[in-house]
Amino acid sequence: MCVVVLAASASAGEIPRAERRSGYDFMSRETRAMQDDDTANPGMLWVLEGESLWNKKTGDAGRACAECHADARVSMKGVAARHPSFDAARGRPITLEQRVNVCRVDRQKAPPLAYESRELLALTAYLARQSRGVPIDVAIDERTQPFLDAGRATFYRRQGQLNLACSQCHDDNWGRRLAGNVVPQGHPTGYPLYRLEWQSLGSLQRRLRNCLIGIRAEPYEYGSAELGDLELFLMWRARRMTFEAPAVRP
Amino acid sequence: MASALINVPARAKRGEIIEIKALISHPMETGYRRTQLGALVPRDIIRLFVCTYNGTEIFRAELHPAIAANPFIVFSTVATESGTLAFHWTGDRGFSETESVAITVD
Repeated sequence: MCVVVLAASASAGEIPRAERRSGYDFMSRETRAMQDDDTANPGMLWVLEGESLWNKKTGDAGRACAECHADARVSMKGVAARHPSFDAARGRPITLEQRVNVCRVDRQKAPPLAYESRELLALTAYLARQSRGVPIDVAIDERTQPFLDAGRATFYRRQGQLNLACSQCHDDNWGRRLAGNVVPQGHPTGYPLYRLEWQSLGSLQRRLRNCLIGIRAEPYEYGSAELGDLELFLMWRARRMTFEAPAVRP
Repeated sequence: MASALINVPARAKRGEIIEIKALISHPMETGYRRTQLGALVPRDIIRLFVCTYNGTEIFRAELHPAIAANPFIVFSTVATESGTLAFHWTGDRGFSETESVAITVD
């Protein structure tokens, strides 16, 4: 039955601009209220911690983020909405998490932070908060195009024991139900976000790995090229949508 | 670490009902979960939340293992006088956290 439904709508293709919806629009009134009120949004706990980390000296260089970048509310506005962005030294687009770690290792002479560690989530949440309300705008040029194409290929490639591609749910069947949940369009507008299921903040890569496990595929490693490319494609796919981090999702 | 977020109106009229929101960072580990090796993860929850208004207790809540991580408690009180609202969370493993917020009543 499921196969028949999928086959019937298999060629729906990319979602037109006017029909693009944030996961926010599919949430219950209560969960939306939680995201909208900064004193009820648990993601703000990480944002506040990120603010103190931003101003704290660290590493062998003994420098705080704020010493180079000054006031994040000014200098970091829009930055999260532009990532992944191209890094010349690495020859590929890097995610916000990777950008934080590049700065830590190269400038602060501090060890990189582990993916999903409290500190890295706090810093990325603080950075992402500065882009709230900014339209998503990743730069696509001849340098980033191959990575965007790789991410697109991953999005449309069937994989895992269930033999599903991301697009089969998030392009072709969004708005319908998968068990009790509405299938969203899969736009990464609010990462890192507080997921009620996790009872914690998590990065986009954590969410992507969840989805991969859901289709019984082997999840890509944190920080892998595959997840980075997919992240780039998803941000491009959500271009001009409003950034809303730290979001709350069920 | 900023572990608690409190929202209390800075000013209120005497006799006005004000809403108070308190969000705190805490894992609320139930004590029923096991690790992959089968060992029980010890319980680590907030047991008690108390709010005092100029030293008088106005709200108290007992928390239990079924309450989600990062408990968010909303309640209301009548603004009677200017002063301090103090919030106190206590729990397992000697957890103790206090925050206070000033309110002006006119």
